[in-house]
Amino acid sequence: MILGIDLAAIWAFVIAFAVFAYVVMDGFDLGIGMLFPFFPARRDRDVMMNSVAPVWDGNETWLVLGGGGLLAAFPLAYAVLFPALYAPLTVMLLALVFRGVAFEFRWRTERAKPYWDFSFAAGSFLAAFAQGVALGAILQGVAVEDRHYAGGWWDWLTGFSLLTGAAVVVGFGLLGATWLVTKTTGALQTRAYRFAGWGAALTLAAIFAVSLATPFLDAEYWRRWLQWPHILFTAPVPIAVAVVALRLFDGLRKRREYEPFFLSLALFALSYAGLGISFWPYIVPGEITIWEAAAPESSQLFMLVGVVVMVPLILAYTAHAYWVFRGKVDPDAGYH
Amino acid sequence: MIPEVTDALLLARVQFAFTIAFHIIFPAFTIGLASYLAVLEALWLRTRREVFLDLFKYWLKIFAITFGMGVVSGVVMAYQFGTNWSVFSDKTGPVLGPLMAYEVLTAFFLEAGFLGVMLFGMNRVGKGLHFFATLMVAIGTFVSAFWILSVNSWMQTPTGYAINADGQFVPADWIEVIFNPSFPYRLVHMVLAAYLTTALVVGAVGALHLLRDNRDEASGIMFSMAMWMATLVAPLQVLAGDLHGLNTLEHQPAKVMAMEGHFRSYPDGAPLYLLGIPDEAAGVLRYPLAIPGGSSLILKHDPSAPLAGLDSIPREDWPPVAIVFWSFRIMVGMGILMLLLGAVSLVARLRGRLYRAPLLHRFALLMGPAGFVAVLAGWVTTEVGRQPFTVYGLLRTAESVSPLGTPAVAASLVAFVIVYFIVFSAGTFYILRLMRRPPQPHEPGPKEGAPTRAAGITPAAAIASGRTLEPGEGRP
Ligand code: HDD
Ligand code: HEM
Ligand code: HEM
Repeated sequence: MILGIDLAAIWAFVIAFAVFAYVVMDGFDLGIGMLFPFFPARRDRDVMMNSVAPVWDGNETWLVLGGGGLLAAFPLAYAVLFPALYAPLTVMLLALVFRGVAFEFRWRTERAKPYWDFSFAAGSFLAAFAQGVALGAILQGVAVEDRHYAGGWWDWLTGFSLLTGAAVVVGFGLLGATWLVTKTTGALQTRAYRFAGWGAALTLAAIFAVSLATPFLDAEYWRRWLQWPHILFTAPVPIAVAVVALRLFDGLRKRREYEPFFLSLALFALSYAGLGISFWPYIVPGEITIWEAAAPESSQLFMLVGVVVMVPLILAYTAHAYWVFRGKVDPDAGYH
Repeated sequence: MIPEVTDALLLARVQFAFTIAFHIIFPAFTIGLASYLAVLEALWLRTRREVFLDLFKYWLKIFAITFGMGVVSGVVMAYQFGTNWSVFSDKTGPVLGPLMAYEVLTAFFLEAGFLGVMLFGMNRVGKGLHFFATLMVAIGTFVSAFWILSVNSWMQTPTGYAINADGQFVPADWIEVIFNPSFPYRLVHMVLAAYLTTALVVGAVGALHLLRDNRDEASGIMFSMAMWMATLVAPLQVLAGDLHGLNTLEHQPAKVMAMEGHFRSYPDGAPLYLLGIPDEAAGVLRYPLAIPGGSSLILKHDPSAPLAGLDSIPREDWPPVAIVFWSFRIMVGMGILMLLLGAVSLVARLRGRLYRAPLLHRFALLMGPAGFVAVLAGWVTTEVGRQPFTVYGLLRTAESVSPLGTPAVAASLVAFVIVYFIVFSAGTFYILRLMRRPPQPHEPGPKEGAPTRAAGITPAAAIASGRTLEPGEGRP
């Protein structure tokens, strides 16, 4: 420890922040992709895609930062987790290829447009599902032996990981739908409200199911969440979820345009806090703590300088971009 | 103990080579193209000649597609270190991870942040700010190359590290890590390669349209600019390559022995083998075509200076000789052809026939893909020549691989091959279709009505349905 600062803990927060930034930002743009099949009209699809086209690359870069940051700050965790998640990560990467190029190719062809629409939708869905599966696979624990992943390449596949996969899909669907509400008007917006309602209901069901299942994965989770006195600290999380959910339904019913999106993000933030409670201080649950996985302090310090200088700048120009593209996507008025 | 070579290892290597080879194609083009776009815009701002704006908009559309493919293939790379090379990641992460994290923080976010303004901001922000955005994107591509080449060079010539109790490489001196001995050479050689690659593509497109109509002003300008690039940069590149080779001789002699086909040592002057067929099993170069003393002359500046050969190195440390030998010759061959193109175009230019030289235009057209071929061949030389190590002399490739079963790696390799061929063939097709059309006066640029971008932060609101396609587009 240098000057009494726990660099590993700081880095755990930095990575958690990058992943959360990713979930917040790419979540809604993957969600838009997943909603594509429900909006067959070409005009609607144009609007939907353009509501995220300005920002998707910046959004996805947080995923690169999450992965790169993990390699840099916790190389052991990167080396253990990624082989454990081999299949889901491979699916995720290929899915991201398909949906990423669709942003460009779709406008370059008439004949093949339906294929790129499909690749956008299917890619978004598979990427989200694979991310959820990966999360579940980490939560349920991976086998480690002598600094290596020691399990098989199907170990990730369990009922629980499929459940978390489905949970992330419906959650991103909710983010996509509420984002669409903020960006559209008229009939398209009305349909978006309807999908947001469904998304909210399914997301809550998923949060409930995952929360119910998690304590049974491992005695440690049980102890953390449900035993006295821990429950004093953990109980506020589900209570806050309930409060946010009520406001969310209310906001959707009263058609308050911007509120549902932010409340959906709040749901994600709370679930994320819940995950934090389950994980801390492990980075590979039950096996490797953040301190065991940490790169030497000279590595972490060197990078921290970069983070402290660059991340505020990055956030500033990202915010600027969102500001420039604020407001409704108007299908009839080009900007010039 | 030398770890054995397994199927999973072989497949992991093939997969890495396949995905990185696809990835490098796009940056090799976008690094150069981003700078070219900045030059075009600067010319437009200074001269106010419409034709520069037309050219800018013409290449901007091609840039957008290429950039998008670079991004998606790049994201794959960032994760592949962990999935396929987990031991490597664990061991080198403390040294290489921060460099890659800096690449994300200083380059990728910068590109993503300004690409949108560059693509669609023309009419929304001031001209100065728009030019600034173009510059930022160009600088971003360069910064990205800086970091990733530092990473790669450290794997070739590691310095500034220590090894800790867990067997990890840990940083001892960051400056020595980043500016390791082969890095300056590799950076210069690669950036010049990117510029040449772009120049040859631009030149080929210009030549194509000049062959059809040699009075087309825009095509003439791009052809001329590209030929200047070839004339000036090709000789520099050969020089840089030569210096790079001397540096390699100092730090990775086995690689140079494989490049040169020197199976045995030559105590009194090594010949330069132009061609020949390396026979690794027997350890001889068959059917050699040699210039006596040539290799010693190039590498030691003295035709009779002694040079050691592969016989001075244990067999298990040999790189695969034939691949390195051939890929090196392909690269150098391309370099010589580029020199020739530069020279011929200079002669034509001096004689005032640059725009009316159909043979030259045909030559330039054929040379369009030469940059990509040279870049790939160069990287194969570099990377295969480093074998059997991932961190030269310290960490073997066979020790770097993830503990994965053969079926897992085989399945993912097949998936990558299929997906990449579908997706990147489509992208190439769309790009070629754009190139087939000459730049028009008042080039529309990426549609203001229908954003065409795979990446970047661009005006969402700029859509007008019904204006999604340009006349003549959308049909093959
Ligand atoms: C347009 C592309 C291009 C051209 C015309 C050349 N090269 Fe090159 N070469 C590259 C593009 C490249 C590259 C792709 O950029 C490499 C791969 C790794 C690197 O640093 O640069 C490379 C690697 C590379 C290496 C391997 C260095 C190492 O791994 O340690 C050597 C010795 C040379 N080059 C030498 C030459 C010579 C003597 C050339 C002159 C004819 C030449 N190259 C032309
Ligand atoms: C971009 C251009 C590059 C190309 C075309 C390329 C090509 C290759 C090839 C052909 C191999 C296989 C060698 C063999 O197994 O015989 C290889 C190996 C490898 N390269 Fe590169 N490489 C490139 C850049 C990089 C960079 C920038 C890095 C690191 C940041 C890197 C890291 C590796 C590693 C870790 C291996 C070992 C795995 C293996 O042997 O296949 N490469 N590369
Ligand atoms: C010499 C080899 C390489 C060079 C010169 C290079 C350069 C670039 C450049 C300029 C881009 C921007 C997109 C584009 O212009 O197409 C890019 C994208 C990317 N590269 Fe590479 N790269 C190399 C190898 C690698 C390797 C080995 C990795 C893996 C760590 C990697 C990771 C990425 C990622 C993640 C992106 C996407 C960035 C984004 O989301 O904006 N690159 N690369």
